[in-house]
Amino acid sequence: MTSFSRRNLLFAGAGVMSAAALSACSPTAGQAPKGGSTPSSSASTITDAERQKALNTPTNLTFWTWVPNIKDEVALFMKAYPNIKVDVQNVGQGAAHYQKMRTALKAGKGAPDVSQVEFQYVNSFTLTKDLLDLTPYGAASLQSQFVPWTWGQVAFNGGIWSVPQDSGPMGNLFRSDIMSKAGITAGATTWDEYMTQAQTVRSKTSSYISNFAPTQAGVMIALLWQAGSKPFGYDGKQSVKINLTDSVANKVATYWQNMVKQDLVSVDPDFNDAWYQGLAKGKYAGWLTAAWGPVFLQGTVAKTSGKWHAAKLPQWSASDDVTGNWGGSTNAVLTPTQYPIAAYELATWINTNLQSTLMFANTQSLFPTTKDTLSDPGFVDAKSSFFGGQQVNKLFSQISTTVDPSFPWLPFMDYAYSSYNDTVGKAISAKGDLVSGMAAWEKALTTYAKSQGFTVTQ
Amino acid sequence: MTASHQASRRQARAGLFFTLPFMVVFTVMLLIPLIYAAYVSLYQSTLVGGVHFSGLANYVQAFTDPLFLSGLARMALFLVIQVPIMLGLALFIALALDSGRVKGAKAVRLLTFMPYAVPGVVATLMWGYLYGDDFGPIAQVTRAIGLGSPHLLSNGNMLGSIMNVVTWEFVGYNMVIMYAALRAIPTELYEAAAIDGAGAIRTALSIKVPNIRSAIMLTVIFSIIGTFQLFNEPSLMRNLNPTAIDNAYTPNFYAYNLAFVNQDVNYAAAIAFALGLFIAIISYIVQLSTSRRGATR
Repeated sequence: MTSFSRRNLLFAGAGVMSAAALSACSPTAGQAPKGGSTPSSSASTITDAERQKALNTPTNLTFWTWVPNIKDEVALFMKAYPNIKVDVQNVGQGAAHYQKMRTALKAGKGAPDVSQVEFQYVNSFTLTKDLLDLTPYGAASLQSQFVPWTWGQVAFNGGIWSVPQDSGPMGNLFRSDIMSKAGITAGATTWDEYMTQAQTVRSKTSSYISNFAPTQAGVMIALLWQAGSKPFGYDGKQSVKINLTDSVANKVATYWQNMVKQDLVSVDPDFNDAWYQGLAKGKYAGWLTAAWGPVFLQGTVAKTSGKWHAAKLPQWSASDDVTGNWGGSTNAVLTPTQYPIAAYELATWINTNLQSTLMFANTQSLFPTTKDTLSDPGFVDAKSSFFGGQQVNKLFSQISTTVDPSFPWLPFMDYAYSSYNDTVGKAISAKGDLVSGMAAWEKALTTYAKSQGFTVTQ
Repeated sequence: MTASHQASRRQARAGLFFTLPFMVVFTVMLLIPLIYAAYVSLYQSTLVGGVHFSGLANYVQAFTDPLFLSGLARMALFLVIQVPIMLGLALFIALALDSGRVKGAKAVRLLTFMPYAVPGVVATLMWGYLYGDDFGPIAQVTRAIGLGSPHLLSNGNMLGSIMNVVTWEFVGYNMVIMYAALRAIPTELYEAAAIDGAGAIRTALSIKVPNIRSAIMLTVIFSIIGTFQLFNEPSLMRNLNPTAIDNAYTPNFYAYNLAFVNQDVNYAAAIAFALGLFIAIISYIVQLSTSRRGATR
């Protein structure tokens, strides 16, 4: 056994290796929260002279984004403003991107001037005062160019925190070949009809009408959004609203509980191999998804080309015409930037200049947020052969105008999404009680919010 | 006298010189981060209100945190079931190879070891496909013979499926350690055993296994550490069935989620340290108990 004692040190060291790995990315302890670095919206507006001076001064900006080929739009910007050089960096997508952003922001150096931020995370960065209020730079004048609800996602609590880039209003995509086997030719107009269709599809074909992924909080939130529920809120200071158990949320949860319990929808986790195969092989006859869904499908299940059809999301009442949103992002200017004017110009120019936004829409297939892009004939009138010649963009452009304009978020959506999996997600995958699942989610969020120093209202 | 004194000083200097690169990396990459993590773990932070010194409060919280404790309990279960199976298999293969009666022993040795060379991430993705409910080959075969899908990724079966992946990955690694120890046993012992009339199995159990005890203990300790530090497999398997693997599925995964999802780096550091402490204690107990048993013999 003596040969062993030398290894004591080794395994003691290995035991705490995880602590070392963690601390490598941890921010400084004892650091006071930042404050006061954001100009308030009442601050004086930037003058034209200041703007011209900034744009004519040689400047190097850093832009963190995961949007593929965004260099092309940035190149257009640099052509328009030759003195501004932009270094586009992809530091990861989604969670990885935000982790690096937070680390750099807390470290106080290394943060980019402009960064990609999804709608639901804008709040979590205003909480830490890391987003520059764009009001003094003239952002209010841009409002009229944007679809109202997308603007509502970036302008709140007395500031304009980011510039919308793409969006994901929800619709209903389905395989017309499978549906017609069940005698269904059009998308359901109401949720009741959708349930009836689901029963027919289940009995007459070997498919499910769609898959209800247990851990896709984004879809549940979009469905709540459509139903008119306002589960979250944040006053910009210390108070958050959490309510997932009111009558509207109950209605949505109960509906899907019935769908799941009667085995009318499958409950497979999404965006993994089995799910892609399920789409390709017709296990799912449809997909309730966002405006980015059509192009996504085209790329992943190309073999089913021509068999798809797009429709509006079913409604709670036949006279309604509303939808929710799933996905979409913005470009924010971060407070540490030394070149706020140039950074602001970059964030706004690429997202409002028609040439640039059309390139986003037609080349990168980001679903637009500006009105002129959504009415541009080249975009709207395009016929999609994947959808049997349907003008899918036209449909979703119309759907986009029906998104409820006000839907606030919590300043800690990363936690909210992950606790969804452990509460509602578990209930869905166990084909159990979704209403209790929502209550458990609400409880988890409330506990977390209180432990983080927030006051919670319903 | 002076000459030898000088020589030993020169040797000491040479020793220092040769260990310097290691010591530098060790200090920068391990020691300093560790000290820093320990420091961070003594603070508490909230999204509203900032950071304040809290002494050992994070540790008190950790050892009463049902999520952390459930992760530890799950890994203890993993340890009790998976490690004996894995090490039993490894020992069996090592003994079989050492007996010289296996045809193509070199190929077997290589094939058994090969999974270890496959990165854990790739292995998990591969097994994820094999386990798949609808389109995975295992489920297709069982369905074809009328047994239905085994639901290997369901909430109830996930732990077993992960055990299988880890076993597959590490049998070869442990086998190689044991096999190397077996090759180092002096052949006189075998001759003596043969004279005493011991057969192959008797030799294996009475000569070989006791002689490689320290190597086996090494694999046990490594397995204990590895088990409690389980991270890759659950974090990748999670994509396949996110509801089967919660945020605190393993203690390491919990620490990661605390830091990067809950944004609570301070508590995450405390959890990581608490885990390290726990592993050190368990490893020490295991080592102590076996060395006592060794002494009474």
